Amino acid sequence: MSLTAKDKKMVKAFWAKVAGKAEDIGCDALSRMLVVYPQTKTYFSHWKDLSPGSAPVRKHGGTIMGGIGLAVASIDDISAGLLALSELHAFQLRVDPANFKILSHNILVVLAVMFPNEFNPEAHVAMDKFLAAVGRALSEKYR
Amino acid sequence: MVEWTDFERAPIQSIFSKMDYDDVGPAPLSRYLVVYPWTQRYFGNFGNLYNAAAIQGNPMVAAHGKTVLHGLDRAVKNMDDIKATYAELSVLHSEKLHVDPDNFRLLADCLTIVVAARMGAAFTADVQGAFQKFLAVVVSSLGRQYH
Repeated sequence: MSLTAKDKKMVKAFWAKVAGKAEDIGCDALSRMLVVYPQTKTYFSHWKDLSPGSAPVRKHGGTIMGGIGLAVASIDDISAGLLALSELHAFQLRVDPANFKILSHNILVVLAVMFPNEFNPEAHVAMDKFLAAVGRALSEKYR
Repeated sequence: MVEWTDFERAPIQSIFSKMDYDDVGPAPLSRYLVVYPWTQRYFGNFGNLYNAAAIQGNPMVAAHGKTVLHGLDRAVKNMDDIKATYAELSVLHSEKLHVDPDNFRLLADCLTIVVAARMGAAFTADVQGAFQKFLAVVVSSLGRQYH
């Protein structure tokens, strides 16, 4: 299920509309993930405050969305663009790749909440495919 | 037996009691057919599903979307035994309709997205958690009688 030219065009166009709110999106998606999928909290035991919208959650949400932005810019070769991030996740963070799907789902929910009119079914399928491709790229170096 | 707190029951009852089935009904099914196109395999007799516009304008999809959404009413009214409530529907989907049960999860995800878009910020993390828990029980119950 690789990204078609149509998918890439849709992702770039949609990202252009939402990128201004990237930090809010990341903060909300991460907050939701920690509440709705409490097992994900195990990766953040070093944070003082895991509550929705807390300072570490907001900061990290922004970091994650920076990675998403990088993936959009590298959409013609996401694996190459995310090489460093893939190595980080594989060798240092060692986040179970199942969690990429969980976070992706929460990003999609936030996009629906914040952009109900723009996040139509065509935008949804393109973003779902794109986030799945990002997850695959991040898992590249795991084994 | 699934345990529900009052904090979980309330948003679920509220979401479904406020739902405008004519407006919301078609949306999750048409979104599911667009986002996961392989699901169209079950709707060969629905006519034109060629692209997103065709799917969203298709009257058979709209009608069936409402049917499916109303199917959730029984679970909303019988939250304490969804498994028994859906035993018959589970057998139907397995024996007669031959639907891969992963489709229940895909449709549930689309319903979550549609409700999130309708509710906006009112679809808080806690509401999302309760709603997804409810749908997870529905999905599990619908798959329960497969063998």
